[in-house]
Order: sequence, then structure tokens, then C-alpha cells
Amino acid sequence: MRMAQPTIEKGLHMKKRWKVNQWRRAVVAAMGVALSVTMADSIAAGPPTSKVNTTGLAVTDDTVTVGILHSLTGTMAISETGAQEAEKLAIDQINAMGGVLGRQIKFIQEDGASDWPTFAEKAKKLLENDHVAAIMGCWTSASRKAVLPVLERDNGLLYYPTFYEGLEQSKNVIYTGQEATQQVFAGLDWVAKTKGAKTFYLIGSDYIWPRTTMKLARKYIETVLHGKIVGEEYAALGSTQFGSTINKIRLKKPDVIYAAVVGGSNVAWFKQLKAAGITGKKQTLLTLSVTEDEAHGIGGENLLGFYSAMKYFQSLDTAENKSFVAEFKKKWGADAPIGDVTQAAYEGPWIWKAAVEKAGSFDTDKVVKAEESGTITFDAPEGKVYLESNHHLKTRLRIGEWRADGQADIVYTSDYIMPNPFPKGY
Amino acid sequence: MFGYSLSDLGSIVVMQGFSGLSLFSVLLLMALGLAIIFGQMGVINMAHGEFMTIGAYTIYMIGKVTEQYFPAFLPYYFFFAIAAAFAIAFIVGYLVEYLMIRHLYRRPLDTLLATWGLSLIMQQIFRSVFGGREVSPNLPDWLMGSWSVSDTIDIPINGMVVMVVTLVVTGGVVAFMFKSRWGLKVRATTQNRVMAGAVGINTNMVDRMTFAVGCGIAGIAGAAFTTIASTGPTSGSQYIVDTFLVVVFGGATSILGAVASAFSIAQAQSILTFFLTNAMGKVVTLLVVIGILMMKPEGLFASKVRK
Repeated sequence: MRMAQPTIEKGLHMKKRWKVNQWRRAVVAAMGVALSVTMADSIAAGPPTSKVNTTGLAVTDDTVTVGILHSLTGTMAISETGAQEAEKLAIDQINAMGGVLGRQIKFIQEDGASDWPTFAEKAKKLLENDHVAAIMGCWTSASRKAVLPVLERDNGLLYYPTFYEGLEQSKNVIYTGQEATQQVFAGLDWVAKTKGAKTFYLIGSDYIWPRTTMKLARKYIETVLHGKIVGEEYAALGSTQFGSTINKIRLKKPDVIYAAVVGGSNVAWFKQLKAAGITGKKQTLLTLSVTEDEAHGIGGENLLGFYSAMKYFQSLDTAENKSFVAEFKKKWGADAPIGDVTQAAYEGPWIWKAAVEKAGSFDTDKVVKAEESGTITFDAPEGKVYLESNHHLKTRLRIGEWRADGQADIVYTSDYIMPNPFPKGY
Repeated sequence: MFGYSLSDLGSIVVMQGFSGLSLFSVLLLMALGLAIIFGQMGVINMAHGEFMTIGAYTIYMIGKVTEQYFPAFLPYYFFFAIAAAFAIAFIVGYLVEYLMIRHLYRRPLDTLLATWGLSLIMQQIFRSVFGGREVSPNLPDWLMGSWSVSDTIDIPINGMVVMVVTLVVTGGVVAFMFKSRWGLKVRATTQNRVMAGAVGINTNMVDRMTFAVGCGIAGIAGAAFTTIASTGPTSGSQYIVDTFLVVVFGGATSILGAVASAFSIAQAQSILTFFLTNAMGKVVTLLVVIGILMMKPEGLFASKVRK
């Protein structure tokens, strides 16, 4: 600032000089205040950097850097928008509370661009160039699988927010979304019990998550519920034509349509169901892939009376959730819908904070050890969640009935369900 | 028969027939704009899907404004919004031709690349303006329901609307191409550009109008599709593959070819999907298309292409 001064002043009229001087004084004063504040902060801060960071992470005496890695462009930006918004909100709130081990969290955001090799490349950049202490990121299973080898090689940490198919447990990943058994079994129990469902029609998009989930569902329906599956169908990703499929469903007349259609197809699927006269009034439909985010695009009137199985709904009536929703809307606008994955993404930074504080260190190995102790909990908007030693959260499952305004009424809440990413016999 | 009652089977045949026709009108509407541009100008417009998205967002915006300021008008705004979708896509197409396409006429492969780049730019603009999330246009209630012909037969009203729009647009295009003075100029330019220029036709203007009309029709398609599918920054890319399939299979230069090709692909896909799985239906359809294209590389109906 001072260096540049003479050249600036040379070009100014004398008349204006006093104004500039005044302004300069104000700036200097403000800088002084800021400096003393940061000084005070670092004095109040936790243990010295040499102690909490022995592996060369981007940790200074008063800051720690994390990475945010989601798709900001491409097909997946639709879904990943909410997740990265929630992560930034959590980081803001943690910083306002004094940060982690006395250090303010800074973040570096990278764009995975809906392209799986790009995700891997950006993760590598975050870990090897920026030395981030943790990464909040990924949405699709494909992006997680692409990032995994990088994480394991560089011993990084990933907080992954999406409900997913399970069958995975990496030392370097914390899964804050539900794995398939948590989402599927309790929901099927509910629909069998309350709707007396005996026949099921399974439909999903054609990729790993719906296929794995439906495999679990089929086995559970046939062996535990003694129900019957009258049809199983997978639509290509991005497919917008469901006319023939809907006619097949009409012919088979299942008690329940069990759906896991994703992305733009999801919108087409529900609009065409409604147009074919299959509505919540006449037909029970339970879906695994509609959160408030999707409902925003599908339109509440097309979902009315259908059910979603999720661990979180925005309408959840608790004090924690109300304050979370209010904060989120304050930061990101009143129209922003908050879905299951958004809430799970919000949990990431908080769980990382709890683990770091328990470990008293940012070192990955120590943080993972703290996480595997089975004692990390967090009072999330969805209610208290428990981080189990298998890197997944013990949570509840909720069933929401969709209203015309794109929000869901919670009609059922399960007991806590242990995460079981490797179910036996499936 | 197979444990189903006859009346059930009858209803399914009716609804399945309708579903095939509905798919036919969707495919045709998608392909018309592209067929005009590709057929008459030889330009492969990879940004075709994004022009559809312009139409979809137009419906969304006009729906919002109507809801805010003229709520009484809400049940009827859709038709005006379709006209507006045409107008906006037309204007954007006109500008794109003027700024970009006309410099690339001698380099057809470069137009492919340039329009693809344009599609990425447009997607990002949609994302910056409307946000990454999908939106749901406020469509009138009467549009989204079904018409219950009998207890077991429900005909989707949005499907019928798309069908009517397709009929009107196809009729309009045929009239434009074969009955209007502009159409005459377009066909003349296609057949022999130099000769057309020599008899006083402004061929540059013809190109610009043709491109803009093609884009405008894409806008109408996008507007109509808000009733059956999603509205988001990348919605257009859901259609682009099917669109090219229809145009190439039909023979790039003929509107009749596009109609025939859309009809056969739609019926094949619709019927096969009913009896096989979704994926297999598509696989068999594509295999048949590939087989026919190997025997008839120029497509079902070929006519003269500008050299």
C-alpha cells in the first residue's frame, strides 16, 4: 500500500489530497484493528502448528485449508449445487465459532465438471499442490471411484455426502450419506406393513446405484417380505420416454412401484406418470431418488401423494433443523431447496472438525483413528448421528409423503439403523 | 390370455398405440429444425439441443411473469409462450448465423466443432442465469392431467398437445417450403447457389433466415417438451442423439424423410420396449437403423444436396 502511494498522489489534484489522506488514515486504522484481532486470535489459538501437522498439510498458525470438489458445470451441476452450498455454510459456521483447533478454515474449490477423470485430476491437485487437510466432495459413485485411488495413494481424506450402493469402505473416505441397506430395507418394511403391499414393480436408471439397490430390494422382497416382483426395468440415463414402461406397469398392476430413476429422466418419469393418470391417489409409489432438490425440478403437483425414503427432509420439525434451514436460506436465498444430500454434505465439515479435535491433530492417520474410535457424534439437522467404525453413519430412515408445494410430510421415522456396507447373502 | 382380461389388453393396445404416436411426434418435432438446417444448408448444428432449452426456459420465464402479474391468465398463457419461444430462439439463431455460421460455410467440419463449442457456451450461460438446478415451469393444470376415456384407458393430455403442436409446425414448415416465396428461394439456393444468386436471390439472407427458422422450430420443440420432460441447463443434450438419428436415418435433406424416419423409429422403439426391456428395445432399434443405413447410406429419402 505505502509503496504505491507516491505514484498515486502525483496524479491527483491538490484539492483531493486531504480526502485521500483521510481515507488512508482510515485504512491504516482498520488494518491496525484487523491485525490486532488476528494477533489476539492466534494467541488464543490451540496447539502450535508443528504439533498438529506433521505431514506437511496446508495448516498455518491461524488457518487450515480444505478442498471442495463438486461439479459446477456439466450434467451433475444440477445435483451438486446444494451439496457445495451446504459445505460452505458449515465452514462459515465453524469459523464463526472459532474454527478447528483455533484455526480458521479456508477452502479451495475445484470443479469436477461432471467428468470422472477430471475429478481424479482435481483431487490430485488439491492433495499434492495445495496439501489440503480434507476434501468435501463428489456426488456420483463414479466420481468417488475415480477419486479413490488418488486419495489412497496420497493418504487424503474425503467426506462423501450421497446415499449410495454400499459395497465399499475405504480408510480415506467418510460416508455421510446412507448406504443401500439403510435406505432400502426399512422403507420396504414400511410399505409392506402400512400398505399391505405384496407385488412390486422395480424401475431405475441404468447404472451401478439403481442396479445394486434393486438387487438388494429384490432379495429382501422375495425372502423376507415374501412378496412378488412383477417387473424390473432400467431406463438409459437421460432417457425421456416412459410411455411403454408405464403401459407395462398398468398391465401388471403392482401394489407398489419402487423407483430409483435419476437426473433429467426423473422429471420425465413423474410428468408422464401423472399424464397417464397414475397419481398418488390411485397408486403407491416409493422412490429412493427424489429429494427436495429433485422435487424442485419435477414440480410438486406431479409428485403429490408419492413417497420418498430418505434420512432427511427439509420439513423435519426440530429446533436444530429449523435453525439450519433458516441459516441456509439466509446464505443461499429463500428459494433454495434443501434435500437429503445437501444435509449430508453439511455434516461433512462438522464431523471432520469433531474428529480433528478428538485427534488433536490434522494428520490423516490420527484423524482416521479418531473417526474409527466409534465415539464421534454430531447433532445434525436430521438429529444426532453416530460415526461408526466402518466409516458410515448410524442414522434413521424417514418416509416422506410429497405435497404439492414440493415439500414432504414425514409419515414414518425408523429406529437407528446400523450401517452395513457389506450385507451378507446379497 | 396370459392371465389378463380382454378389456385390459384392449386398453393397453389403445394406450400403447397412443404412446407410439406420441413418441413419433416428439421425435419429429425435435428433428424438424435440424432437418431444415442440415438439409437446406449442410450445416450440422450441434447446438440444436440448446435452442430447445431456450424454448423451455422461455416457458419458464413467461410462466413466472404470468403467475406474478396476471394470475388470471395462467390457464391460457402456454400458447402465447410457445410463440414467444419461437421468436426468441429465432432471434438468437439469426444472430448466431450472422456472427458465426456464415464465416464457416466452406468448412463444414469446422461448423460441427464451432456449434458444439456454442452449445457448451450456451449451457454455461443458462447455468449462470437460471442456476444449476432444474426448474419446473408453472404449467396450467389442464395440460398435465389425463383424459380418462374409460375406466382402464387414460390418454395423456400433454402427449396430445405435443401431437397438435407437431402437426401445426410440420404443416407450417411444408407450407413455408413449398408454397411461400421464401421457400422457393430456399429451394433454389439449395439446388444451385450460383444460379440462384444470378437471378437475384440474396442467398446470404436466405441462409440466415433458414438457420433462424430452424432454430425457432427448435425453440417450439423445447417449449412443448416442458410438458413431458425436464428443464435445466443441460436438458437439450438429452435430445441431441435421437435428433441426429432421425435426421440421418430419414435422409438429411428431405422433410418427408424426417417424417417417415421419426415414425418408424418411434413405432419400433415403442413396441419393442413394451415387449423387451427398455435397453433391449433401444439396442434392437439402433441395430435395425444401422443395418438399413449400411444398405442405404443416404437414408430413407435422399434428394439433391448443395455441392
